[in-house]
Amino acid sequence: MEAAASLANVTMHLRPVPDPKPPPKAPGRDAPPTIAELERWATVLRIDCVRMLAVAKSGHLDSSLSAADIVAALYYRVLRHDSDNPSWTERDRFVLCKGHAAPIQYAALAEHGYFPMHDLMGLRQIGADLQGHPDMNRTPGVEVSTGSLGQGLSMCLGIALALRLDGLDSTAQVFGLMSDGDCQEGQSWEAAMAAAHFGVSNITAIVDYNHLQTDGTTEEVMDTGDVRAKFESFGWDSIEIDGHDMTAVVDALERSRTLDGPAAIVCQTKKGRGVSSMESRFGFHGKPPSPEQAEEALTELEATLERQTAALDEPQLTESE
Amino acid sequence: MPAEAKTEPIATRQAYGAALVDLGKEHEDVVALDADLSVSTQSAKFGKEFPERFFNMGTAEANMMSTACGLAATGKTPYCSTFAVFAAGRAYDQVRLGIAHNKLRVRIGASHGGVSLGEDGASHQMIEDIALMRAMPHMQVIVPADYNQAYRATVESYDKDEPMYMRFGRPSTPIVYEDIPESLGGGVDVIREGKDISLIACGHMVWRALEAAESLEREDGVEAEVLNVAIVKPLDADPVLESISKTGVAVTAEEHRVAGGLADAVRGVAAEQHPVPIFAVGMGDEFGVSGTGEACMEHFGLTPRGIADRAREALVLKPIVSHPPLVGPEWT
Repeated sequence: MEAAASLANVTMHLRPVPDPKPPPKAPGRDAPPTIAELERWATVLRIDCVRMLAVAKSGHLDSSLSAADIVAALYYRVLRHDSDNPSWTERDRFVLCKGHAAPIQYAALAEHGYFPMHDLMGLRQIGADLQGHPDMNRTPGVEVSTGSLGQGLSMCLGIALALRLDGLDSTAQVFGLMSDGDCQEGQSWEAAMAAAHFGVSNITAIVDYNHLQTDGTTEEVMDTGDVRAKFESFGWDSIEIDGHDMTAVVDALERSRTLDGPAAIVCQTKKGRGVSSMESRFGFHGKPPSPEQAEEALTELEATLERQTAALDEPQLTESE
Repeated sequence: MPAEAKTEPIATRQAYGAALVDLGKEHEDVVALDADLSVSTQSAKFGKEFPERFFNMGTAEANMMSTACGLAATGKTPYCSTFAVFAAGRAYDQVRLGIAHNKLRVRIGASHGGVSLGEDGASHQMIEDIALMRAMPHMQVIVPADYNQAYRATVESYDKDEPMYMRFGRPSTPIVYEDIPESLGGGVDVIREGKDISLIACGHMVWRALEAAESLEREDGVEAEVLNVAIVKPLDADPVLESISKTGVAVTAEEHRVAGGLADAVRGVAAEQHPVPIFAVGMGDEFGVSGTGEACMEHFGLTPRGIADRAREALVLKPIVSHPPLVGPEWT
């Protein structure tokens, strides 16, 4: 019964429907979302991704899931952005260097009203605006088109340099979300070299290091070695964190904004995070979930969401209590 | 101050450098990037004048093109220069996704195109860049004939929205346009009128085509029409069709592979709309070699003599009765 209900949910999203999810229980309208709320939003984004991929029957689900916590932290807390005015000059820029994880960015953009939620169900379909990889001329909120690994960090560099010429480098930060595949492309290191050389202070490279690529584990296919140390040796401030520890992710992202040089955050993550049948399992890269896998994933994620939502409703203990 | 037209032979890349400085003075959003070849490409002049808007990216062409994409996406108008072999070859994917696909206002100033760069040899002699850039969606391909036209092409590029690949050359090249033209217009100029054969050339081959036309007239009494195609893509079909429907036969000339180059562009238009014999002067299935620039041109037959000889071969095949012209005056 559970599974059937979930599948009904999937097909329901084929046509325009109002957003069925309640807004988060924020303690006050103006306060930034708490860590618990961000974790819940990450689950919401994950559910969106599974639904999109189940309908599209194509795309990269596990690479989207590994980045969900980072993307939730960015879009719900760290990024200064405005869906009513996507071209706001002073906005922070987000570049999905790992363009194949487009679903997770599309989910965040739709949840913020950059385009209607039901557009998500057009992913990868002919005539739809949500392309397989982000397209700046088709999707509001996408800064530059990506999808060819290794180019994203250079694009971030160009944006950061342009912002500096406009005197906005202390206002607007450029966040680039890279993959381990990006780190195998030599161009990423050209960009790392150049960002340090030009003393760019408003660039944050986030590496979603999920250890799995198309042909196997990164360790088997092409071991990138110590990526944190590599960025450091190029002159970047470079730290390594657990990419699923929301507090650590938020702290690292906020901290990177305050630095006066380029910042790298290597996030150790698990591919397919949030769906136990996929988590860190080889063989899902670039493969859409089967209807059964989608049902199973949705059941698990919706249970997680329910638990997280219920926890938010519980009275919050203060320090003194 | 209006730019000064040149009268003595001078390289087209010099025009790029001069025009870039003038663009920088006029437009705040113009930025220039180079990959450790700024003295050769002449972008160093811009760098000296506007150091804060000039980025020497080192020998990292891929990074340069993607950085230009980021700059353009944030409101700047980047001019990227390096040798043609690196701009079109090494950084193809970066140009493709970041610049052409996004339809961004990035201008690629590719210098040292063709074999006339000479001594550096095959590794540096780019002879397939026009083909690569013609095949790339959204990309415009500009190949100016001399300094004066190259200056106009560079200045005018600012006013266009499309991504643009501009090919310049290393050696000093005779002047074809007495003054700096007011515009490139549609990109095809009839620079010598004639009725017997059309010589359709681009870049360094334009003055050679003019010389070939002179020798054809002197030695064979043939009146050759010479067309300069400065905008190879999109090719302005009308003047080409008008000329070949008048002459009934043509020779194209380019310092580039015939495959995918100007020859294919002209033949494509003709084949659909007015088929006539079109012979080609250009590089075959071969790479360049070391030598002086002029010796390399000689080696591959990229000379006035080479064009004239090809024209004589073509004239043998000229149909005795021409098709009625599709454009131009009524056929009687």
